[in-house]
Amino acid sequence: MAPKDKVLIANGQGFWGDSILGPVRLVDEGPLDYLTLDYLAEVTLSIMQKLRSRDPSKGYATDFVKLIDRILPTMMQKDIKVIANAGGVNPHACKDALLEVAKKHGITGLKVAVVEGDDILADLDTIMATGEEFKNMDTGAGLGDVRDTVSSANVYLGAFPIAEALDGGAHIVLTGRGTDPGLVLGPMIHEFGWKEDDFDLLAAGTIAGHMVECGAQCTGGNYTDWQTIPDMAMIGYPIIEAQPDGSFCITKHEGTGGRVDVATVTHQLCYEMGDPKNYLGPDCRADFTSVAMAQDGKDRVMVSGAKGMPPTDTLKVSISYHEGWKASGQLTVCGPDALAKAKLCEEIVWKRLTFDGYEYGPDERFSEFVGNGVCHPGMDGGTNPDPCEVVLRMGVRGPDRKKVDRFGPELVPLVTSGPPGVTGFAGGRPKATEVVGFWPALMHKRHLSTRVSVFES
Amino acid sequence: MSKVQLSRIAMARSGDKGEGSNVGLMARSAAAYDFLKVFLTEDVVKAHMHAINSGAVTRYEADNMRVLNFILHDSLGGGGSASLKTDAQGKTHGLALLRLETEVPDDVLAATPEEGMA
Repeated sequence: MAPKDKVLIANGQGFWGDSILGPVRLVDEGPLDYLTLDYLAEVTLSIMQKLRSRDPSKGYATDFVKLIDRILPTMMQKDIKVIANAGGVNPHACKDALLEVAKKHGITGLKVAVVEGDDILADLDTIMATGEEFKNMDTGAGLGDVRDTVSSANVYLGAFPIAEALDGGAHIVLTGRGTDPGLVLGPMIHEFGWKEDDFDLLAAGTIAGHMVECGAQCTGGNYTDWQTIPDMAMIGYPIIEAQPDGSFCITKHEGTGGRVDVATVTHQLCYEMGDPKNYLGPDCRADFTSVAMAQDGKDRVMVSGAKGMPPTDTLKVSISYHEGWKASGQLTVCGPDALAKAKLCEEIVWKRLTFDGYEYGPDERFSEFVGNGVCHPGMDGGTNPDPCEVVLRMGVRGPDRKKVDRFGPELVPLVTSGPPGVTGFAGGRPKATEVVGFWPALMHKRHLSTRVSVFES
Repeated sequence: MSKVQLSRIAMARSGDKGEGSNVGLMARSAAAYDFLKVFLTEDVVKAHMHAINSGAVTRYEADNMRVLNFILHDSLGGGGSASLKTDAQGKTHGLALLRLETEVPDDVLAATPEEGMA
């Protein structure tokens, strides 16, 4: 089969918790070949490992199954393929739930592919025994320091296993941890037959993936000149019109809100960019400074000229571990003298806790006066010395759960035993929640083995 | 020369996870980019953001998109879910940088649109 000359690939979910309207409208309101969805944040996999340890049928993104339940008939009718990292740490349970959904809709022949190999939690000691230290990329410390408290360990997989799954005829491809751009690069490799040493092409797909990976952040969401963005409520999610030569156009469905122009796209290209000349990925290193962007009609930006280099011998690994406990809560303090009263409230809480034998060190306690200037401290216009009301946010953290839990019950009593005008205590007492530490590391590629399997309803 | 905030000549997008945030600053015009490349050094950014970032600042340049990209290495109050800060992901750090006030030559201002990018 000759490769298509243009393939439409969209991102409908920028992060775990994004609006379901993004993907629903991408499927309903125009032509589309591939829908990609990102459900995993840095610490999500740790939460999923915990859910799975309590119930073997859990540990994946259940929101994804709800979405497929809603879009499956249209998806099949329009022949839209879906690629999502919704498998979490239990992709087979997610696949089973999807096949149940297909059954409910009376759809036979739905092919769901599962990509595995990212989850190395069970193999961690074996790999470490070969000399891999999993040094923390931020601090340089070896993983040995926290090995006993590790709760998840996942390699960022590349795009080739996704392409392999699509080659196998999958309608839905489920992965665990992979790079976000890989969700978009996978279908390009599948459609255009790009090879593992086509570094410029792989870089083009990686850059396209980076541009759309945060959904509406590419189409006018979170944009500096927000006043100029039309109909933000009905914002359209980004679509890539990919071409076999690696050039592509960023656009969105006609009639949706938001805007696609060089400025909105550049905003997203900067996001989490790091060194623009050397954007690291498992399939290539991409040079963001090599591309040219040009407006190509309304809500269309053409991107061309991408240059890539061979990837390094290592893969990024996302490890999470138990790092103690934290608790935080808030109260609203109204004026007059809102700030002075909020500061007195803070002082009262620490004093009462100290009286009862609970003292928190400077790194273990925290307070903010929202309204006085918490986002832009220390700069002109960033603070307000006399706000009409202040939200007092306080919190503690540390290794001792009991000590962290002692904090919460001293916040609400301020309503009756503090200064006047203290309210907004809804939500109950703050309780200790686990702090999940994030440990980014590198691992040599030789330890990786990926598997792709396809199942049918 | 006129005293303006950087938002007059630049746009920004910021955020990240882990210990530090990534702040991308986009010049609204080629003239603004030339000015910013000279003026907006790592030290200037470090001084302006001193109450947000306690770590080093690294600057990268991308001439093709007229972007100066800054990494604020210790600005999120701890990595993972450890941070107690409201802005634990640095979503507002871009707007903080755009608040910086400085003298900008009038010919740069004349060549730079007040909205979007030239």
